[in-house]
Amino acid sequence: MEHKNSTEADFASAVALHAPQLQKSLEKGDLQEATRIIAQISQARERTLYMEVGRLTRELHSAIIDFDIDPSNPHAKEMSQITDASERLQYVVKMTDQAANCAIDLVEASAPLVNYISYEAQSLMADWQRFMRKDMKADEFRVLARRVEEFLSRSLHDSDQLSANLNEILMAQGFQDLTGQVIKRVMTLITDIENNLLKLVIMAGQVDRAVGIEHSTDDLRKKSAKEKISSSGEGPQIHADKLDDVVSDQVDVDDLLSSLGF
Amino acid sequence: MKILIVDDFSTMRRIIKNLLRDLGFTNTAEADDGSTALPMLQSGNFDFLVTDWNMPIMSGIDLLREVRADVKLKHLPVLMVTAEAKRDQIIEAAQAGVNGYVVKPFTAQVLKEKIEKIFERVNG
Repeated sequence: MEHKNSTEADFASAVALHAPQLQKSLEKGDLQEATRIIAQISQARERTLYMEVGRLTRELHSAIIDFDIDPSNPHAKEMSQITDASERLQYVVKMTDQAANCAIDLVEASAPLVNYISYEAQSLMADWQRFMRKDMKADEFRVLARRVEEFLSRSLHDSDQLSANLNEILMAQGFQDLTGQVIKRVMTLITDIENNLLKLVIMAGQVDRAVGIEHSTDDLRKKSAKEKISSSGEGPQIHADKLDDVVSDQVDVDDLLSSLGF
Repeated sequence: MKILIVDDFSTMRRIIKNLLRDLGFTNTAEADDGSTALPMLQSGNFDFLVTDWNMPIMSGIDLLREVRADVKLKHLPVLMVTAEAKRDQIIEAAQAGVNGYVVKPFTAQVLKEKIEKIFERVNG
């Protein structure tokens, strides 16, 4: 910044130095002298611009180094941190997918075991009550006794299996630790990138000012707002409870739909 | 009762499939977006459609519009199960002719209630 101010100051002092001479030569009607002075002012302006551009190029270069990308490297794309971050997030998707599928597999494997225990217990209970009411013949009781024995032995085996399944479901939740770490690293990277981008934006603003270009930010904002609207959806709302245009739970959905006549 | 479950995440399809099985609906099929679901619906004699909103290629809302525009399918009950939670979106889905709307994350109880409500209305 200081450097920039000094180059601007140089230009300002050049103008201040030449202005009275220019005025004098114009008053005298010495057009040749006036043209020479204008050329000198113009040179000072160009010099300032060159210095500005040189400085900005150096800053741009250091910003690119901050991004850890070597543009001259043919593998720059593969080496970029963004690619690395995408791979890390892909890992998160893979891990969460594996964990969810693992848990669902185990739930699906456990359901028939629980169903058997429930179904057979009900059936045995009915027969057991008949036995207690003394409403059962001896050979029927022998069948019941065999079924009770089988039920007990299968229950022992199945409860071991269920306990193992529950343990595995528990272990499958370990993905949270690993993916949490990856997500936190990517968050740090995004913050770094945002800071570097901000530096670039500020620099671009300085280039615009140096060469006198003006952009309409309103137009740019309108354009990006227009691009946001689509039927493809937005995904989960992160601050549903703080936003007015978002429902915060199913009760809100039901209320809204019933107000529409559902 | 034949039900088509449409979601781009296989885990969510499996969760819904398991919940439906607990409710006694065992005849289900799956599709991973609207563009694969639509031909299945057109040729498959489905009685019920459960769809997500946000999917690649064809979204759930576009699938819903296609269904309502199809002579054969226009009366098919459609339940949307989605993370999309903007009021405008829910109104948009209602206007497109959705029969029920469940926001993720949801419970088995909510899914059961909405499905039962839809069938009550369809049969009643």
